[in-house]
Amino acid sequence: MLRFVFSRLVSTVPVLLVVSITVFLVLRLAPGDPAAVIGGSNATTEDIAAIRQSLGLDKSLLHQFLIFIGNLLQGDLGRSYYFNKPVATLIAERVGPTLSIASGTMLFAVAVAVPMGTLAAWRIGGWLDRLLMGFSVLGFSVPVFVVAYLLIMPLSLKLRWLPVQGYVPPSDGLAAWASHLVLPWIALGTVYVALLARVTRASVSEALAEDYIRTARAKGVSQTAVLFRHALVNAAVPIVTVVGIGVALLIGGVVVTETVFAIPGLGSMTVEAVLNRDFPVIQGLVLFFAFANVAINLLVDLSYLALDPRIRY
Amino acid sequence: MSPVLRKLLSHPSVSLSCAALLVLLAIAVAAPWLHTIDPAAMDYMNVNQPPGTHAVAALPDGSEQARTYLLGTDTYGRDIYSRIVFGTRVSLMVGVVCAVVSLCLGCLLGMLAGYFRLADMLLMRVMDGLMAIPAILLAITLVAVLGASLPTVIVAIAIPEVPRVTRLVRSLVLTLRDEPFVEAARSLATPTSLILLRHILPNAVAPLIVQGTFIAASAVLTEAVLSFLGLGLPPEVATWGNVMADGRVNFSEQPGHVLFPVLLLVPAVLAINLLGDGLRDVLDPKFDRRKN
Repeated sequence: MLRFVFSRLVSTVPVLLVVSITVFLVLRLAPGDPAAVIGGSNATTEDIAAIRQSLGLDKSLLHQFLIFIGNLLQGDLGRSYYFNKPVATLIAERVGPTLSIASGTMLFAVAVAVPMGTLAAWRIGGWLDRLLMGFSVLGFSVPVFVVAYLLIMPLSLKLRWLPVQGYVPPSDGLAAWASHLVLPWIALGTVYVALLARVTRASVSEALAEDYIRTARAKGVSQTAVLFRHALVNAAVPIVTVVGIGVALLIGGVVVTETVFAIPGLGSMTVEAVLNRDFPVIQGLVLFFAFANVAINLLVDLSYLALDPRIRY
Repeated sequence: MSPVLRKLLSHPSVSLSCAALLVLLAIAVAAPWLHTIDPAAMDYMNVNQPPGTHAVAALPDGSEQARTYLLGTDTYGRDIYSRIVFGTRVSLMVGVVCAVVSLCLGCLLGMLAGYFRLADMLLMRVMDGLMAIPAILLAITLVAVLGASLPTVIVAIAIPEVPRVTRLVRSLVLTLRDEPFVEAARSLATPTSLILLRHILPNAVAPLIVQGTFIAASAVLTEAVLSFLGLGLPPEVATWGNVMADGRVNFSEQPGHVLFPVLLLVPAVLAINLLGDGLRDVLDPKFDRRKN
């Protein structure tokens, strides 16, 4: 098992390397002088010369890449010339709201989609199943921000039950924190519910056709226990896989959701960085999100060991 | 009529979605004649008007013209109805061109990876790396670097889709390359390029069409999201996303300005997705399993 963990860890190295090369190259391939692009429109000639020096732009591309990777390995993501702060510090300052949104959305989606998909699989072709399949096609066709506005309109503007925008850190009171995040969780969660419920339905209905389900029924196990203790548990691996695949979608959704709800996290930071043409920040955020994505998918793979005792590496 | 075509047209979701897409295509083509005005024309005297406002617009040449703003006007006094109708052109074009671009690139790379073992290692590692970057984030970065225009937005949306197509084509090539008809061609000393083009590609067409429809659907959505965030096409271009982006400021007074484009956007994406589902059912029943 340790060998599996190790080999899985090693397999992320080329992925992370390609991500780093891509991010590195995209900025270098941009039209114009990268130092001028990074420095922004207010940079003086001296600033640009200093940036050129620090990035080694007068050296070969390979040399530049080695400097870039060397800095990256030390946790140095570069410096935002717009905010005049290290990018890593900026990310650390704003990661909290994003973690709150992402984790809450995942919990919400799993809590809604897994029971829904399981019940739909129990009666394939029934009303719940048809409702779910219709909803899941619709869920993939509606942009996150539209769901957000459709929630804001009645709940925040008409009834005034929930705040329209903003963010309160959990240290200022959990109730206030949650009340600001309920709408983002639901809005962003919709598409994951669609995705997860669909996979849960397919996976559970496959498990329900197995012999052990017939055996369980024959010995008189109750319907609920058959569904949740026998079928769902055996259907867990594909469901967890999709949770992992969904992380990339979730990150994209966070950018939109934070913008709509004016939440000062990494997503809105991405949009601001692009509008400010703050390239070191864009670069740092892309690296951060991609690494987070890889790390979560690594955890998902490792969780198979716990979920399915038949899997032995 | 060929049996496949008959089967396709009798599939309810295919015929329904084809009908919906034809209506959208008609709207896009006939946009100038659908009671629209210039989608970029600004009427500064009538900004942020509610739907159905009658107004007399002062034209740049000094003359005046009576107008009815069916869906109201945006923050620059542009006619929202005209912008939405003209926006259909951009959305459909982005969807189709993105699908074609990513299919072509993915096909080329996938065939290389599937047929040449050496290219496989390198290409697939690169694809794995690209897939680790969330699609919207990669698109945003590319637009930021390349600058926002229709071609760059299309490239930025298409590139994140390439790895998925490459994977699909590679897996198809891997199963097809050992088929007897390919072996026969090889033993007749058929050049590799001809084997790929004449024997392998035609057998990969059905799953590629299915994949292409899903790419088109997500491209239309991504374009709307990019524009909505203010990171897509320049704001003066009439697109559904730009109309919604403009409506954000006054959402509490005029929620319609954000929500009207949805009346075309959601049916469009839904129709393309349903078309993809239907095509998959008819053309390629094994597609679902092959995806993994």
